[in-house]
Amino acid sequence: MKISVLKEIHVDEKRVATTPDVTERLIKLGFEVVVETGAGVGSNFSDEAYRQAGAEIAPSAESAWQSADLVVKVRPPEENIALGKHEVDLMPEGCRLISFLFPAQNEKLLEQLAHRKITALSMDSIPRISRAQKLDALSSMANISGYRAVVEASALFGRFFAGQITAAGKVAPAKVMVIGVGVAGLSAIATAKSLGAIVRAFDTRPEVKEQILSMDAEFLELEFEEDGTGEGGYGKVMSKEFIDAEMALFAEQAKDVDVIITTALIPGKPAPKLITSAMVESMRDGSVVVDLAAEQGGNCELTEPGKVVTRKGVSIVGYTDLPSRLAAQSSQLYATNIYNLLEEMSPQKDGSIVVDMEDVVVRGATVVNSGKITWPPPAVAVSAAKKPEPAVVEAPSSEPIKPPSKVASVAKSSLLPMLIGGSALFGLGLVAPPSFMAHFTVFVLSCFIGYMVIWNVAPSLHTPLMSLTNAISSIIVLGALTQISSDNPTIMVLSVISLLITSINIVGGFSVSQRMLQMFKG
Amino acid sequence: MTSSLITVSYLAAAILFILALGGLKDNQSARRGNLYGILGMVIAVIVTISAFVTQNYTILITVMLIGGVAGFVLSRRVKMTQMPELVAILHSLVGLAAVLIGFANFLDSSFNLTGVEKTIHEIEIFIGICIGALTFTGSVIAYGKLSGMIGGNPLTLPAKHWLNLSMFIAVIVVGVQFVGAQNHSDAFILLLVMTLIAMVFGMHMVAAIGGADMPVVISMLNSYSGWAAAATGFMLSNDLLIVTGALVGSSGAILSYIMCRAMNRSFISVIAGGFGTTSGSKSTVSAEVQGDVMEIDVAETGQLLNKAKQVVFIPGYGMAMAQAQHAVSEISKILLAKGVNVRFAIHPVAGRMPGHMNVLLAEAKVPYDIVFEMDEINNDFPDVDVSVVIGANDTVNPSAQEDEDSPIAGMPVLEVWKSKTTIVLKRGMAAGYAGVDNPLFVKDNTKMLFGDAKASLDLIIKAL
Repeated sequence: MKISVLKEIHVDEKRVATTPDVTERLIKLGFEVVVETGAGVGSNFSDEAYRQAGAEIAPSAESAWQSADLVVKVRPPEENIALGKHEVDLMPEGCRLISFLFPAQNEKLLEQLAHRKITALSMDSIPRISRAQKLDALSSMANISGYRAVVEASALFGRFFAGQITAAGKVAPAKVMVIGVGVAGLSAIATAKSLGAIVRAFDTRPEVKEQILSMDAEFLELEFEEDGTGEGGYGKVMSKEFIDAEMALFAEQAKDVDVIITTALIPGKPAPKLITSAMVESMRDGSVVVDLAAEQGGNCELTEPGKVVTRKGVSIVGYTDLPSRLAAQSSQLYATNIYNLLEEMSPQKDGSIVVDMEDVVVRGATVVNSGKITWPPPAVAVSAAKKPEPAVVEAPSSEPIKPPSKVASVAKSSLLPMLIGGSALFGLGLVAPPSFMAHFTVFVLSCFIGYMVIWNVAPSLHTPLMSLTNAISSIIVLGALTQISSDNPTIMVLSVISLLITSINIVGGFSVSQRMLQMFKG
Repeated sequence: MTSSLITVSYLAAAILFILALGGLKDNQSARRGNLYGILGMVIAVIVTISAFVTQNYTILITVMLIGGVAGFVLSRRVKMTQMPELVAILHSLVGLAAVLIGFANFLDSSFNLTGVEKTIHEIEIFIGICIGALTFTGSVIAYGKLSGMIGGNPLTLPAKHWLNLSMFIAVIVVGVQFVGAQNHSDAFILLLVMTLIAMVFGMHMVAAIGGADMPVVISMLNSYSGWAAAATGFMLSNDLLIVTGALVGSSGAILSYIMCRAMNRSFISVIAGGFGTTSGSKSTVSAEVQGDVMEIDVAETGQLLNKAKQVVFIPGYGMAMAQAQHAVSEISKILLAKGVNVRFAIHPVAGRMPGHMNVLLAEAKVPYDIVFEMDEINNDFPDVDVSVVIGANDTVNPSAQEDEDSPIAGMPVLEVWKSKTTIVLKRGMAAGYAGVDNPLFVKDNTKMLFGDAKASLDLIIKAL
């Protein structure tokens, strides 16, 4: 099966759907890979690199489209102005397509694809279940957007993010507020944190609190009981009272923070307006707002998609192509997502794919199947509803908390043996002769010395420990030595045998210990 | 020689023994520790000979020389993979010596004890012989199992717990009669009967324990050989024996405890029987492992290792079986030279005795600073690019954490599946000693490299 990798024609799009590394892995899966010349240039992958990975280089877009059994892309197909044709029309009939398609916004495109009998899988329609995390291109891109948002902010913000005390005076750390803690928000928190900023985060879904705290950021809480968790782990529309309360919180924070990064989105709805012009105006000069929801209308009233605007000394960044601004990284993650999807769809690993509509993941992603529009898919029960974004956040330690009652039970359980031990000792003291008690004292104390000493032995030396204890336990030879001079021939013979075997043991034990310990020298 | 001088010498020997064990806290002091041990033994033996031996010097020296040479040859010839066998057989010798010395002491009529002192002395003889006898036969069976002369499967006699219990009661009954026996010959016969029962008891106890529990058994027998020496010390009123016996006894007991903890099993349950016997019905209930095994070839393994930044090797008993430790060492050297961060992760019960893997790796000249215990390395697996599991199975089984019904549920395991890729070297798909299926083998990031570990590793060296 031939996979064609196209050069993206969307304005300023630098990403590419497959990297040379992934090309190599795809070829191992049995696919043939054709790459349009210059496809990887925006992400710094040369034709030569693809060729070395085993791909064929197609000299033009047309030839790449036409030779394809399967096309992988980043952006949805669009009008190719240079060729004067729509990309869908460049595709051979019955071809397959994997790309971001955003079916909800592109119904016309779906019809065009259906008309050409295409089978199309949309990377943004992969259901958010745990099994499909490794295919989740939206998360991959969101992660990058979050990172890039902080980088853009720091470029415009004329100061350090980290606090410093220098010879030239003290620098206060920057304060960053992140609104909307999904994958992008978490990534922004992590990045801002690692630059040294003080990070506060807000989200309507209370369960993300733990994730925010786990990254050592502050969770801004409202004194308000309302759970904002919607379907699929995304947020939902909140009540009026709630919104008023959160707006008040933002207004108050805006006066204090230096950078605001907003990522609040509700699926299928325009982005909620959370940062008003008044709030922007209340921010200090030089502050930055990065609006990751710009494409959906923006969380900030002043956002202009694709641009940076300045209002009263505050920059508002509305870039919609943040992943493309980190093209090599985005391409690598996106290509791996695609590879994982293809691997999943190619159970035989023989270079062909099966569109199995019984498979929840494939079913969800398939928006057009052999000319029939199959979007939207039937609802999938989301298994990971309570943990929607594990992609960036470190999973909290899964160690079960030990029940505190254990301490009490230990105290209780050690009481009985102590009583028994105590009364046994008392009984012994009543009957035993002093000579025995002297030996007994030695014995018990030695047990304790043994206990203390042995716990300090390095686990790696446990084998030498055993051979050494073996050797010294042959001290039993003293018994044989005291008996050997006996006039009783039986005793003499018995002790000679004991002497023989303990001698083996003494020399054998010490010598093998020495041999092992020599090895531990190096 | 005055008795005070003897006592002082024994005290010196006891201190030297304690220093010897204390020296094992790290590699540097360990060799000096061993020398302390030897010195202590030499002092004790020479002082005892000069104080107590009055005749039969020729026999004494001849026998000690023969024994010493035999022991020396044995210790030089033994392969490091056979250390568990050697230790087992040495334990049996201590046990046998305790039995013989006990009998000799019983036959010695020069003691003139009366009343409580006599009773206590008799009990001491009785206990000394009893522990000695079961250490002796138990160690012999353990040796048989470890060397493969006896099958590794646990022996399951019907009503084995009752059998053990009745033997235990019988020993006590015989003991009571022995202490109360009127004449010497009756007592002698009772002592013989007890010895036989104790021997059967020792055999049965070890035979009923499965191969995977061998580290516990070895440590337990180590402990018993110590208690046998201590009991003999009581019998002979010799404090040096008591001290040494107590040291060895507690050492073995601690090792047994560490091993049991590493398998999340109680000591009692180990003694009571192996995996798959008591928990047999349970393991059929637990989820069966389903999924596809992904195979990998030697060339690909080489490439993966070449590309990796962090590699961890997880050796198990299979590495010892295949004598693959030198090949592993070779690979680790090649990778280290390329700047790869190579480490070794050792589960406490890997191999057939405590610390077995460490000795094998040390023999193969793997630098010990890259060898880590389970607790030291377990949290690092998410950062590891490639984990290479060599002949380990139960110690890397994720069902210990994931499947509550698994017979090994709760056992601490090395979390290799968290690394980016896991390569498992294995002969076939057989289950480990615990008889539990291993879901690790069908995980998405696990690749299986089937075949003899040494042969595969030698090929990987070439591929690198």
